Amino acid sequence: MSGEERAHDARDGLYDRLRAYEGKPAAIAGRGKDPVNLPMIRHWCEAMGDAHPAYRGPDAVAPPTMLQAWTMGGLSGHQDRSEAYGELLGLLDGAGYTSVVATDCEQEYLRPLRPGDEITFDAVVESVSPRKTTKLGTGHFVTTRMDVRAGGELAGTHRFRILKYAPAARPAKPAEAAKPAEAVERPRRPRPVVNRDNAGFWEGVAAHRLLIQRCAACGTLRFPWLPGCNDCGAGEWDTVEAGGEGTVHSYVVMHHPPFPAFDPPYAVGLIELAEGVRMISNVVGVPYDKVRIGMPVRLEFQRVDEELELPVFRAVEDGPAAGPGEGER
Amino acid sequence: MTTVPRTGDALPPLEIPVTRTLIVAGAVASRDYQDVHHDAEAAREKGSPDVFMNILTTNGLVGRYVTDHFGPRAVLRKVAIRLGAPNYPGDTMTLTGTVTGVTDGPDGTTLALVRVAGANGLGHHVTGTVTVEVPR
Repeated sequence: MSGEERAHDARDGLYDRLRAYEGKPAAIAGRGKDPVNLPMIRHWCEAMGDAHPAYRGPDAVAPPTMLQAWTMGGLSGHQDRSEAYGELLGLLDGAGYTSVVATDCEQEYLRPLRPGDEITFDAVVESVSPRKTTKLGTGHFVTTRMDVRAGGELAGTHRFRILKYAPAARPAKPAEAAKPAEAVERPRRPRPVVNRDNAGFWEGVAAHRLLIQRCAACGTLRFPWLPGCNDCGAGEWDTVEAGGEGTVHSYVVMHHPPFPAFDPPYAVGLIELAEGVRMISNVVGVPYDKVRIGMPVRLEFQRVDEELELPVFRAVEDGPAAGPGEGER
Repeated sequence: MTTVPRTGDALPPLEIPVTRTLIVAGAVASRDYQDVHHDAEAAREKGSPDVFMNILTTNGLVGRYVTDHFGPRAVLRKVAIRLGAPNYPGDTMTLTGTVTGVTDGPDGTTLALVRVAGANGLGHHVTGTVTVEVPR
């Protein structure tokens, strides 16, 4: 959450009120409107194009992924929702977060559901997130966990996350959204914001030089570029060129959410340069799940499109002394 | 036929044309009558450019993709998915999968952990993991 969002939460106190619902029931002693039955199974399989033989014939079981379908309110709505859950959704509606979209579904299947099984369920509000801004709009994620029983016996668990949000002002155009894959141009990476405080850095990148700022008064190196020295406060500076050697000080692997122009999973490293400053960049030349803390890396410049080049760090096989090597050790 | 899972195996991709019919049929089969899954006008009022696939349909398609590959005796044990870019009508979703782990299951079966992704014209519609039990 950004500082601004945190401040917003603190100001309106909404998040504290929402969070009070964590642990409260979302559904109590809910009953499936229909017992597990062959027609609904068949309609599901037709829609999904699922020809699995276990879901057909006299000994049919329901597709496990139908778990939630047996608990749905349908056109006549839910009578099983708890008062607490209704209040929670009402609070969100009242705060302007009137739209809803499901974002996550985690199901575990403990025993097959068979025609005739009577479904009952209980659910609890597991968590409510702080206010988040997403592509769709701003809102709160609400996570519920449901136990689904068949004839009183636990048959599966179902964790479900929704985003209750206020739609962003400008939705995507339908024509744009519905373009087939091949008609969509590959989105470009975001452009760096170049200003007078960091222009020298980007000029260096253009000349394939990674420049570190050095305080003209006390000699302290600093990165990323800033107008003044963090150590002594002096405004005068010059630069030194990084030699290009570094090690992975820390890293994360980016899985989700994917951003246009990025192809997850990929590793984002905090690289400690030999000069002592650290910078964030991609670690390349090694699978994302093989990046390790302490791994030696070397600077290179990667062209990402016709106008943008970026400094990235390539994993070094064995450190500089070991000479050239091929493939995995 | 049963496909024996091995770590690192890639499942053949499955292309799913995202038709308006699939979106509506999936929503109704899952008893999800939220208007954004069948009424384009109502969807637009809520800031979406068109109707879009509901999460239960995506869940069903991911499950089908995995059991289609591992054969008629494959049983789903866990399906965990996260949605990203919506599936709008006219798009195509391509499901891909990789076996990321294999362990012994109950009664001499094999449990395979499969990482699944579904990409559409807007990006990643779904990412997730499926645990499937496959007889040996």
